[in-house]
Amino acid sequence: MATLRLEIITAERQVFADDVNVVVAPGIEGELGILPHHAPLMTTLKPGELLIRKDGEETYLAVSGGFLEIRPDKVIILADACERAEEIDITRAEEAKRRAEEGLKTHPQGVDMARAQAALLRSLIRLRIAERRRRKSRPS
Amino acid sequence: MISPRLLRRRIRSVESTAKITKAMEMIATAKMKRAQEQALAGRPYSDKIGQIISDLAIESERAGSLHPLLEKRDIKRIAIVHITTDRGLCGGLNANMNRLTANFILEQSVPVTLVAIGRKGRDFMMRYKHDVRAEFTKISDRPTLLETLPISHIIIDDYTSGYIDMVYLAYTQFITTMTQRPTLEPLLPVEPATIPKTETTEYIYEPDPVFVLGELLPRFVEMKVYHAIREAIASEQSARMVAMRNATDNANEVVSDLTLTLNKARQEMITKELLDITGGVEVLH
Repeated sequence: MATLRLEIITAERQVFADDVNVVVAPGIEGELGILPHHAPLMTTLKPGELLIRKDGEETYLAVSGGFLEIRPDKVIILADACERAEEIDITRAEEAKRRAEEGLKTHPQGVDMARAQAALLRSLIRLRIAERRRRKSRPS
Repeated sequence: MISPRLLRRRIRSVESTAKITKAMEMIATAKMKRAQEQALAGRPYSDKIGQIISDLAIESERAGSLHPLLEKRDIKRIAIVHITTDRGLCGGLNANMNRLTANFILEQSVPVTLVAIGRKGRDFMMRYKHDVRAEFTKISDRPTLLETLPISHIIIDDYTSGYIDMVYLAYTQFITTMTQRPTLEPLLPVEPATIPKTETTEYIYEPDPVFVLGELLPRFVEMKVYHAIREAIASEQSARMVAMRNATDNANEVVSDLTLTLNKARQEMITKELLDITGGVEVLH
């Protein structure tokens, strides 16, 4: 099976670097499925789930915005923050979700509103990714 | 002749100083390793983002719209992000940094405002009555990007609002454990690096180049500031390690000198006592 080189970099460290088969990323214009030999493309990402498929095995990562660059030789994701499922602190994410929901209850205006909504979205994504991993690790 | 008792006391005091400096050296060594790794870990991101900006700047020029952070204006006020350490005992690190920035301020014909990061730089700039617009102290040893965002946002806001027309970044660049170089480099307006035409690829931009560039530029500034702080931390720990190693070596040298003096003094005293005794015996005979 053809592969493409994927690198995920944040300002703090390199999160991921491997040859994979498929990448599905949350592009600003909608979900973006990338297969090997994709045309060069440059776009921004919105907070969401990143799916990586390699030899039939699926890995999910949480990204909270960033950039995606498809080059002829590789795909590079410059993420604002990016976590693998096993790195997600569930209690912290739940705490963040609770805080964001509480913040929204007071009906803030303008920037505060947007900030609370963004925080809620980020925590929901983290929880969803962590949940997926839990389900997978449990034999069904 | 100094009394042996005083000498012993001096030796003990210098020995305990040496123990402290030795401990500080070891702490700095441990922190330095981590800080150096971190400073290096950020480089791929910073290289990448710089390259994309160069690509995009050409595109957006073609589109005929210039992002505010790229725009060059007449300079009426300059801002400097001045990065120093909170704590001392790191050799000439802060003195060098302060001197470089202060000299630069003196050369300017327009007012200069400062964003001081680190207590040492802030105190220095306040003492010389420079205009400190904002100060940030107690940045942790392993800062996250989030921690440094307020700094970059002040700069971006002031630049977009037109309060400042040019921004410099002053920090101590980490070169090797032995050398750290104080640097002052322009940060805003963003100067896209010129790249040879052959290396550019034709990209599809989603939704369009101007939008992507608009998202990318603030990130670039945030990243630059973040990276400078991490370099400064790596420099601080390296400088402290070297300074403390020198201090320990010095203290040990002083101890051996003092021990020599002490031994001489003791011998002299014994000789004198012996002379006294033999003298006394002679008198008896």
